[in-house]
Amino acid sequence: MEKRVTFRGWALPLLLIAPQVAISMVFFFYPAAQAIWQSLFIPDPFGLSTQFVGLGNFEFLLNDKFYRASFGTTAIFSILVTLCSMVPALFLAVLADRLIKGSGIYRTLLIWPYAVAPAVAGVLWMFMFNTRVGVVSWYLGQFGYDWNHVLNDAEAMGLVVVASAWGRISYNFLFFLAALQSVPRSVIEAAAIDGARFWKRFFTIVLPLLSPTAFFLLVVNVVYAFFETFGVIHTITAGGPQQATTILVYKVFADGFVGQDLGSSSAQSVILLVVVGLLTVIQFKYVEKRVHY
Amino acid sequence: MKKQLLGAIAASTIMSPIAAMAQTEIQFWHAFTGRLGELVAAQVADFNASQNDYVVVANHKGNYSETLNAGIAAFRAKEQPHILMVFEVGTATMMAAKGAVRPVYEVMAESGAEFDPDAYIGAVKGYYTTTDGDMLSLPFNSSTPVLWVNRDAMAAAGVDPDTDLSTWEQVGDVLDQLKAGGEDCPLVTAWQSWIHLENFSAYHNVPFASQDNGFAGTDTELMLNGPAQVAHLSAMSDWAKEGKFIYTGRRNEGGANFRSGECALFTESSAGYAGIKAEAQFDFDVRRLPYWAALTNEPQNTIIGGASLWVMEGHDSAEYKGVGEFLSYLSSADVQAKWHQDTGYLPITSQAGDVTRASGFYDENPGTDVAVMQMTAKQPTANSKGLRLGSFDQIRGIIDEELEAIWAGDKTAQEAMDSAKERGDALLRRFEQASR
Repeated sequence: MEKRVTFRGWALPLLLIAPQVAISMVFFFYPAAQAIWQSLFIPDPFGLSTQFVGLGNFEFLLNDKFYRASFGTTAIFSILVTLCSMVPALFLAVLADRLIKGSGIYRTLLIWPYAVAPAVAGVLWMFMFNTRVGVVSWYLGQFGYDWNHVLNDAEAMGLVVVASAWGRISYNFLFFLAALQSVPRSVIEAAAIDGARFWKRFFTIVLPLLSPTAFFLLVVNVVYAFFETFGVIHTITAGGPQQATTILVYKVFADGFVGQDLGSSSAQSVILLVVVGLLTVIQFKYVEKRVHY
Repeated sequence: MKKQLLGAIAASTIMSPIAAMAQTEIQFWHAFTGRLGELVAAQVADFNASQNDYVVVANHKGNYSETLNAGIAAFRAKEQPHILMVFEVGTATMMAAKGAVRPVYEVMAESGAEFDPDAYIGAVKGYYTTTDGDMLSLPFNSSTPVLWVNRDAMAAAGVDPDTDLSTWEQVGDVLDQLKAGGEDCPLVTAWQSWIHLENFSAYHNVPFASQDNGFAGTDTELMLNGPAQVAHLSAMSDWAKEGKFIYTGRRNEGGANFRSGECALFTESSAGYAGIKAEAQFDFDVRRLPYWAALTNEPQNTIIGGASLWVMEGHDSAEYKGVGEFLSYLSSADVQAKWHQDTGYLPITSQAGDVTRASGFYDENPGTDVAVMQMTAKQPTANSKGLRLGSFDQIRGIIDEELEAIWAGDKTAQEAMDSAKERGDALLRRFEQASR
């Protein structure tokens, strides 16, 4: 049973969506079309000459076993970032939702990290875990653990995941908190009268009611992990050690803006676009079925 | 109201050029911050004060990679500066960009400014000239790797601080003694690819890449998996496993470890001098980069790192005349000598070295001439003239990754260098295709 609002005529609805369409055209469709066009060429950095290579850039990439390996790295990274940013956010939102006194202060403090740009967050975490002067690595050393993300793959991955997820917790927290507050009190009270304890109520009533928000955040966070995390990686590990933290988007950035290889970089963005498009389709086709609106 | 506003805008746009027209403006983009940034600003201010025709405007555009990117992006938008600082790794990229850069020898000839390319020391000049001897960009800051020694740490571990460290064999023995003497960080390095592969190859007179390290053409292939390089990296790998060589990162992270007194030996650029002198709370000295006695009796010269100044195309001739004047000023002996003494960069003209020596600087600051002697001891060969490889920033990234695989114990030196060659060659082929 859905409620539908219908417009009379076409003028008003077209006018209302026009700004969004215009923005999408300028900032998404036009650059995306350019990327697809450029991916067919090998240009020189200065734009003085360019050669048509057809699908040569794609062939070059897909024959590179390191590029293929970075799909796996990206998958691990994205799953970890999504989990590490959504689970703590939900936990904090549940706690903040129960607060009676001082909830404003807690909420503000919890939202703060969202204001920190990814590259700056990267620098912050890099200093905390710096193998020489880092506060955290020093304490770990006191406990006899030799932290060295410069050579240890798993530690490097852990560090970039935490640094990428940290700021996102705030964003997710905000959405979860809003969703929690819109859960009808009457339903919860009814369950409480029936004798359901807090966590029982949470898992059987609140969580299903949160599923639309959780699904939205899942899509948004996966897109974030895929596209917006290169700043963190650039400042902390630069893709190393070896290629342990070279995710697809970091390679787009490194090849395009450090290596000046615009053809390969464009081809990589096209591949990334396809991957994220497919992922979103999968999410909507399979995960959304389990979401109750 | 509207008319007034328009009037004001019109007036301000008409007025402002009049003030600026008197002097021709020269844009200069560089990559220096901190102390080096101040010194560049001082050079520019001195030049501006020395004449009335031109004003050089210096702008900091980020680190080396970012400055190069800014220059390239500006060229594409037709807003390029007159002078762009490009690090040595970007040399091949700039050389291939015919139509975007105007060779320095042409600029100097047209401007009529005083300029003698032969004033530059061979190893520096060679890096930035064509095989015909035409200078394409003006050498600006150049350094070369040396061995820094923490004398106090040596003594504390029971090693004579004056021990000869000329060869890696001797260094190996000292590392054993340091480790046995309780030193936790016997050896650390900065810029591993630059020092332990690029300079290593030149110093032992073996090729790093075919076609005279890329000087003779873009159809070049890496040769860094040769027996000499592999032998050196195998020894380093053993030292890493035994805790005698500590890996700290791809750039100059190791500098912090050395300057704090944590490490005994440090292979780093001669330009590390300013920082070490300012921070080190211990007695240090500087030695020549070690060589393997098993590979050579007498090492070749080392090669340079640093940056040069490229002149961009697309400006008018009056401006290029000013560019010529500015570059001529920069290459004068006094300016170069002061730069060398202030920064620890090499004196890149032989006159600058003479002026510095005559002033007694080397006597007061012992060791500051080690790098100079190491660079100029021998006539450069095809293997030690420098490197000119496309996509070299990315190739260094690949080398860094493969070296990390060695230090982590995941690959042998041979496996890692074979892989580096294969991956690097793929990029060189792409660069060859792009610049055809």
